[in-house]
Amino acid sequence: MSFHPHTSSFNGVQGAGALDVSLGPQHPSTHGVFRMNVRMEGETITKLQPVFGYLHRNHEKIAEANSWLGSMPYTDRLDYICPITNNWAYARAVEQLAGIEVPERAEYIRVIVGELTRLQNHTVFLGFILADMGAWGSALMYAFREREKILDLFEWLTGARMMVNYMRFGGVRCDLPVGWLEKARAYVETYPAFLDEMERLLTGNEILLARLQGVGILSGERAINGGLSGPVLRASGVDYDIRKVDAYGVYPRLSFRIPRGTVGDCYDRFMIRLLEARESIRILQQAFAQIPAGPTLNPAVKQRGFKPPAGEAYGRIEGPKGELGFHLISQGGEKPYRYHVRPPSLINLTLLEEMCLGTKIADVMVILGSIDIVLGEVDR
Amino acid sequence: MNLPGSGILKGMAVTAVNFIGSFFDRAHAKRLITEQYPEERPILVETSRSFPFLVFDGDPEKGIRCTACKICEKECPPQCISIVKAKDANGKPILRPQIFDIDISVCMGCQICVEVCPFESIRMDNIYEVSAYDRFGTLVLHKDQLLKSNEYYRQIHPTEAAQTDARIEAVRVKKAAAKAASAKAAAAKAAAAQAAQTQPEPAA
Repeated sequence: MSFHPHTSSFNGVQGAGALDVSLGPQHPSTHGVFRMNVRMEGETITKLQPVFGYLHRNHEKIAEANSWLGSMPYTDRLDYICPITNNWAYARAVEQLAGIEVPERAEYIRVIVGELTRLQNHTVFLGFILADMGAWGSALMYAFREREKILDLFEWLTGARMMVNYMRFGGVRCDLPVGWLEKARAYVETYPAFLDEMERLLTGNEILLARLQGVGILSGERAINGGLSGPVLRASGVDYDIRKVDAYGVYPRLSFRIPRGTVGDCYDRFMIRLLEARESIRILQQAFAQIPAGPTLNPAVKQRGFKPPAGEAYGRIEGPKGELGFHLISQGGEKPYRYHVRPPSLINLTLLEEMCLGTKIADVMVILGSIDIVLGEVDR
Repeated sequence: MNLPGSGILKGMAVTAVNFIGSFFDRAHAKRLITEQYPEERPILVETSRSFPFLVFDGDPEKGIRCTACKICEKECPPQCISIVKAKDANGKPILRPQIFDIDISVCMGCQICVEVCPFESIRMDNIYEVSAYDRFGTLVLHKDQLLKSNEYYRQIHPTEAAQTDARIEAVRVKKAAAKAASAKAAAAKAAAAQAAQTQPEPAA
């Protein structure tokens, strides 16, 4: 029996017991409007085809019609869980294009808000992957409760909880408010207690182990071939972090380790977020101690009517989900000639079928959850 | 080796601590951060922003700072601002908006209009209860709805307003000084001219 004979993109049913199911786009565990056409033999996946584009908003084309500065608030809406790192990647690409210097204090502020964003993203990930496994409730609520505190810090700093529009070419829009640094430092001190609580709640749980261990194994070699990046790549045992490889900003001055997985299954992808969050805390503590006084925006850069010289640049950062890059081509005008986003969520999804083949239908949601996608970024 | 099921029990203990703890955390500090919204209202931080408004000093008609230069209209990323310049009785354009509309159903609150305004006239409000049944009737804000006094601005964003006021005051002082200097120079010139004119007389 074919579930959706007209909308399914597979031709006909082969073999007795084969079932085509359209998973999504309105499915609570597809993290938005992601759709998979799945063929099953019994409950085992034999084919999986992702369908993209339900949240397409023309981001790249709108950017080509907007001024350089005008695209900055739109980047907030790419990966809406972590808008500040999106701002950062775009600002960095433009800074490379125009050869702009960033003041030291601004670089430290970027690292602080960027790492807070990473904490926030990994916190939400912990909640969502539990929700994907059917544990609606406790873990998700605890995660969102914790994220709220980080969003409060962002609101105080930027004026908005999520749509921050904070970075500018050559710095950040405004300096830290009086007392912000102390509050942020006090918050970061309390974060490890939350992680400990989450670990007590989750990591020893036998059901969780049964659902995660040995599910959706991805070898490091295949992950490299697929162009994957971020925690998903590192969970497969590949030592690749753009914070170390490119050593951008003030990251070379901060000491931190790159956690790596060994098996490349969902459990490794889950644990790597916990470990990365702990490393982010170390980075934050160092950045709080080192941040100098000084200007936060390069005064030589004209934000309104900004015209970079003609040329081409690719700026990338290690976003919480992986390599987030912007490829920009300028012809010297007020608008970009070409504006392309390299979203980590989309590229990390390319090996979804490979991870899912041979697993059960209930594992598909866990594997998808362990990749950690945001559809705003996948479909743009 | 752990006892089978001990991981689940440990997790349940965490849940129990959170459940019971939420009854003893009335200060919204750790375990309970939900606000009972219509009864309890959030205390917004000073920097919190939602939609733009126009600042005026003193009288809403005469004190309007906006000069209808249309920079914000041009720079607005989703293009939600619409401005028409006012004209005087002879049809000559004057530096004041006749129409100033902001469609807040399109506005995304990015505050780029605030940053590009050279006259410190557009600022971010912190209203949040703006839901309505009719988009064009209520969500397109006209000039009279957008105009709010500088006192209101000082009330919602004290630090930012103080900085703005200081900047305006500095410009005013500088202008007054320049005016005084030019007046002085003119007076000196006039005096010199007069002196030059009166000087030859005794010689003649």
